[in-house]
Amino acid sequence: MNRTVRMGPQARREERYFYLFISPWLIGFLVFFLGPIIASLFFSLSIYDVINPPRWSGLANYKGLFADRLFWQSLKVTSLYSVGSVALGIVASLAIALLLNRNIHGVAWFRTIFYLPSVISGVAVSLLWMWIFNPDFGILNYLLWTIFRIRGPTWIYSEQWVLPSLIIMSLWGMGGGIVIYLASLQGIPTDLYEAAEIDGAGSWSKLTKITLPMMSPVMFFQLIMGIIGSFQVFTQAYVMTDGGPHYASLFYVLHLYRHAFKYFRMGYASALAWILFLILLGLTVLVFKSAALWVYYEK
Amino acid sequence: MEFVWTKTRRRIALDTTDYILLILLSMIILIPVFWMLSTALKSDSEVFLFPPVWIPAKLHWNNFKRALTFLPFVRYFLNTSTITFLAMVGQFLSSPLVAYAFARLRARGKDALFILLLSTMMLPTQVTMIPTFILFKELGWVDTFAPLILPNFFGSAYFIFLLRQFFSTISPELSDAATIDGCGYFGIFTRIILPLSKPALATMAIFTFMWNWNDFMSPLIYLSSTEKWTLTLGLSRFRGMYGMTAWNLLMAASLVTLLPCITLFFFAQRYFIQGIVITGVKG
Repeated sequence: MNRTVRMGPQARREERYFYLFISPWLIGFLVFFLGPIIASLFFSLSIYDVINPPRWSGLANYKGLFADRLFWQSLKVTSLYSVGSVALGIVASLAIALLLNRNIHGVAWFRTIFYLPSVISGVAVSLLWMWIFNPDFGILNYLLWTIFRIRGPTWIYSEQWVLPSLIIMSLWGMGGGIVIYLASLQGIPTDLYEAAEIDGAGSWSKLTKITLPMMSPVMFFQLIMGIIGSFQVFTQAYVMTDGGPHYASLFYVLHLYRHAFKYFRMGYASALAWILFLILLGLTVLVFKSAALWVYYEK
Repeated sequence: MEFVWTKTRRRIALDTTDYILLILLSMIILIPVFWMLSTALKSDSEVFLFPPVWIPAKLHWNNFKRALTFLPFVRYFLNTSTITFLAMVGQFLSSPLVAYAFARLRARGKDALFILLLSTMMLPTQVTMIPTFILFKELGWVDTFAPLILPNFFGSAYFIFLLRQFFSTISPELSDAATIDGCGYFGIFTRIILPLSKPALATMAIFTFMWNWNDFMSPLIYLSSTEKWTLTLGLSRFRGMYGMTAWNLLMAASLVTLLPCITLFFFAQRYFIQGIVITGVKG
C-alpha cells in the first residue's frame, strides 16, 4: 500500500494523536488502577487504621487471616452460593433459551418478561425479596401452602435456608444469560440440523451433538463471568441478612467491607482483597484448563 | 380412527407444552413484581392479612406520598440524578475517544496497551477500593459526590472495549474519504464515527445510567451526611427507621426507585439486549 511509503512524519503524527486520545484512560489507569494496586499491596503488608500512618507488619495480615474462623466461614458461604447460583443459573437459562428458540409466536414478549428482573437490581430488589421470603406474611410460603400443602421454612431467617433463598433470588435475575444464549442459539447454522436429520438423528442427539457443542464457548464465558460475579455479592447480604443468621450468609465481600469500613483495619482488608483476587485468578485458570475437555471451537 | 403421531401432531403437542411451560415460568417471574405493586397499594393493616390479598380492597395511592415525605426522598432523587447525569457526561467525554484511538489509529505499543486495558477488567474492584478511598480521603473529598463521579471521566475499560468492537465494524473507506476532504483525526471521530455509532452509544448511556443509579457500595462507603444520600442508601436506611413493619411504604419507595430503570427498559429494550449480546458473546 502506498500508505507505508509516505509514513514517517504522518505516522508519527498519528501516533501522537493516539496517545493524546487515550490519555484520559491512561491517566485513569495510573491514578485509579496502578497506583491503588501498589498501595494495596503495601497496605496488605502493614497495619493501617486510616488515622495513624501504616506500619509495616510483613505477612502478619495474611497469617492472621488464615487463622480467622470467619475468613473460612465467608469462603465457605461464598463458594456454596457460587456453585449453587452459577450451576443452576446456567442450566436454567439455557433450558429457557431452548424453549424460546422453537420459532413460536410471542418470543419477543417472553424475552422481555424474562429479562425484566435483571434490569432492576440492588437495594430495592433486596427489599422486595425480604418481603417475599417473610415467613409469616410473605407470598412464597403462602403459595407453597395453598398449592402444595407444604409448610415453608423461615427462609432468610434460617441458617440452613438462607443460602438457598439467596440462590433462588439470583435465579430470578438470570435474564441476561437467557438473552445471550438465545442470541447464540439463533446463530447456529440450520444446515447442521438438516444434515443431522438426513442422517436420522433424533432430538436428543441433535441437542447433545450439535446444540450443546456449538453453545459451549458461550457457556464457557458465562461460567467465568458467573463465578467472578458470585464471589462479589454484597448488596443482598448487607441489606437482607447482614451476614446472619449466625454468620450463615457472611459473604466474602461483606466480611471485607466490615474490616475495611467498620473496624478500619485497612491492612487486613487489603490482604482479604488480594486473597480474593488470587482465588478468582485460580478459578479462572482452572476453568480455562478444563476448556480443552468440553469447549468446542470451530476451526 | 386410530390416533397416529404424525409430524404435524407432534409439532402441535410440542408447541403446546412449550407455551404452557413458558407461561408458567413467566408467571413465576412476574409474581414478585405484581406482589410489590399490590403491597405498595395496601392499607397498613391489610399488609398483615393472612391469607394475603392479591388486590387490595381499596387502592391506597396515598402510600406513595407517605413514603416519599417521611424521608427526604426528593432530595435523594435529586442527588442520585445529579451523580448519574454527571457520570454519564464523564463516560461520553472519555470512553468513545479512547475507543476510537484503539479502533482506528496506528501507534507503537497499541496492542500491549489494549491487552493492559482488557486485563484491568480481570481485577476485582475490591483490590483498588481501599487505596482509592484513602486517596479521596487525603484530598478531602469523602462525603462529597466527587468520588462517585470523577472516575467516570477517565473512561471505563468495559465501554472502551464495547465501543472499540463497534467502531471496528465501520468501513474504513468512509474515514479515508473524510481524510481527503481535509478532516483531522478528531474531525473523523466527531463527524463520521460518532454519528454512525448511535446504537453503541445508546447502549453505553443506558448501562452507565443503570450502574450509577443502582450503585450501593460506593455511596455507602463515601456518603455519610444524610442530605447527601442517594436513593439506594436512603432506601436501605428506610427499613431501620420505619421499623420492619411498614412493608406497604417500603414497597412504594422501592417502586419509585425502580421506576426510571423499568421505564428505560421498555423504551430502549433493544439497546440493553445489544449491549449484553456484544459483550457476552464476543467478549
